[in-house]
Amino acid sequence: MKLILHIWRQANAAAPGKMMRYEAAGLSEDMSMLEALDVLNEELIARGEEPVAFEHDCREGICGSCGMMINGVAHGPSRATTTCQLTLRHFRDGQELYLEPWRARAFPVLKDLVVDRAAFDRIVAAGGYVSVPTGSAPDGNAIPVPKDDAERAMDAAACIGCGACVAACPNASAALFTGAKITHLALLPQGQPERHERALRMVAQWNLEGFGSCTNIGECEAVCPKGIGVEVIAAMNRDFLAASWAERDRVHAGA
Amino acid sequence: MSTSAVAVAGRGGLRFYQTTVGKKAVMAVSGVLLFGFVLVHMAGNLQIYEGPEKLNNYAKLLRSVPALLWGARITLLVMVILHIWSSVQLALLKQSARPVGYVKKETLQASYATRTMYWSGPIVLCFIIYHLLQLTFGAGGTPFQEGDVYSNVVQGFQVIPVSAFYILSMILLGLHLNHGLWSLFQSLGFYHPRYTKRIKGLAAALSALIVAGNISIPISVLAGWVR
Ligand code: HEM
Ligand code: FES
Repeated sequence: MKLILHIWRQANAAAPGKMMRYEAAGLSEDMSMLEALDVLNEELIARGEEPVAFEHDCREGICGSCGMMINGVAHGPSRATTTCQLTLRHFRDGQELYLEPWRARAFPVLKDLVVDRAAFDRIVAAGGYVSVPTGSAPDGNAIPVPKDDAERAMDAAACIGCGACVAACPNASAALFTGAKITHLALLPQGQPERHERALRMVAQWNLEGFGSCTNIGECEAVCPKGIGVEVIAAMNRDFLAASWAERDRVHAGA
Repeated sequence: MSTSAVAVAGRGGLRFYQTTVGKKAVMAVSGVLLFGFVLVHMAGNLQIYEGPEKLNNYAKLLRSVPALLWGARITLLVMVILHIWSSVQLALLKQSARPVGYVKKETLQASYATRTMYWSGPIVLCFIIYHLLQLTFGAGGTPFQEGDVYSNVVQGFQVIPVSAFYILSMILLGLHLNHGLWSLFQSLGFYHPRYTKRIKGLAAALSALIVAGNISIPISVLAGWVR
């Protein structure tokens, strides 16, 4: 199997980049998209050219490292699938593919298809945690969690932070990511003490990173490899609005 | 996720309106109040089908209590300003949030209406300005007689470009509301797997009603049914 790949090549964060055309031959339809790039890279290395840089780690759809626009769709044509899990079966022999990095001001391109997603880490660091006293581990199931809440929290926690939602959003908004992180903890008893603070801080950090606003378009949920839906965005908005009201006393305290 | 050093900017010091979620809440509340006005305004205007006397008396009634009239006008003006001001700020943010675009970009599920909010809104604004110039201030270039709303409307809509612009604007307002009327629930934090679908249906029905009700007037005038 053969593919014609148009790939964004950019030497480093400061260099200008451009699309370059490659022919990747000797592929098999059982290969993943990343393996196709591996094959291409081996050939590039043999020719003495710079291999295409792309991010990857687990290659089993759980770490969130990989991701690129494939013919204008984040993670390519297969729904709820990461780039590493996308097999070439979804393409025709000889098909042309355009591979581009995520595009957002908050996700600067480092090299070729690799972008810097540290902005996501800072959003999580702003409030995507629960504070617990250190010491011996608490008993398992000491705090009961209703089953529906546990399931929904788990669905939101499935977010692997890959950035596809931002990449697909016409506004380059981080609403789905931030919403998933806020919802995940807001549904659990352990998340309650910091719930309001979390919503305020994480939304603020999302904004400070330079991501866009949400216009409820839904392109994010269509590309999310974990199938997270826009319900988490409404949940985040609800928590943010409730928190903005709850913290009203601080206005007098000047905080 | 990448593991470079993190620097967290405290609570960020952002106030409510400085956040995108705060701005969207302002848009939602101002948008729904504007929609309420549009609905009532249409219901009132449909009295044109009951003849000149009925419509002109209704217009007179609206102006009979100046405090109410000015209260409504000021509220609407404030809502329009808030709605537009926040939409302009979010539009500018959208521009800056993706400085380098894609060579190829597909749309998977966003409807036409959702993608044209930043177009339908400003065109509706141009319409509102002309509409006020024409029928409130009498400066729209069509015959105008203070107090005779019926004739002003009929003679105004007999001018084909005026009617055409009106119809186009109403279709765009319909698109705007088709998305806006359910989006506001999402912006204010309400989502439900069953009811969100129904809200979307209701939003489509209400926006179709606004379009149909309003454009029936210029069409009736042009067809000679109302004269
Ligand atoms: C009769 C006039 C109008 C009505 C009834 C109306 C109603 C609405 C509603 C209900 C929303 C949804 C808000 C949300 O998602 O939370 C909305 C969004 C929006 N409106 Fe309006 N609007 C009107 C006029 C305008 C005008 C004149 C402009 C621009 C100059 C405008 C620009 C926008 C934009 C850009 C959005 C999308 C914002 C976003 O999704 O982030 N609208 N409108
Ligand atoms: S490489 Fe880990 S999710 Fe794709």
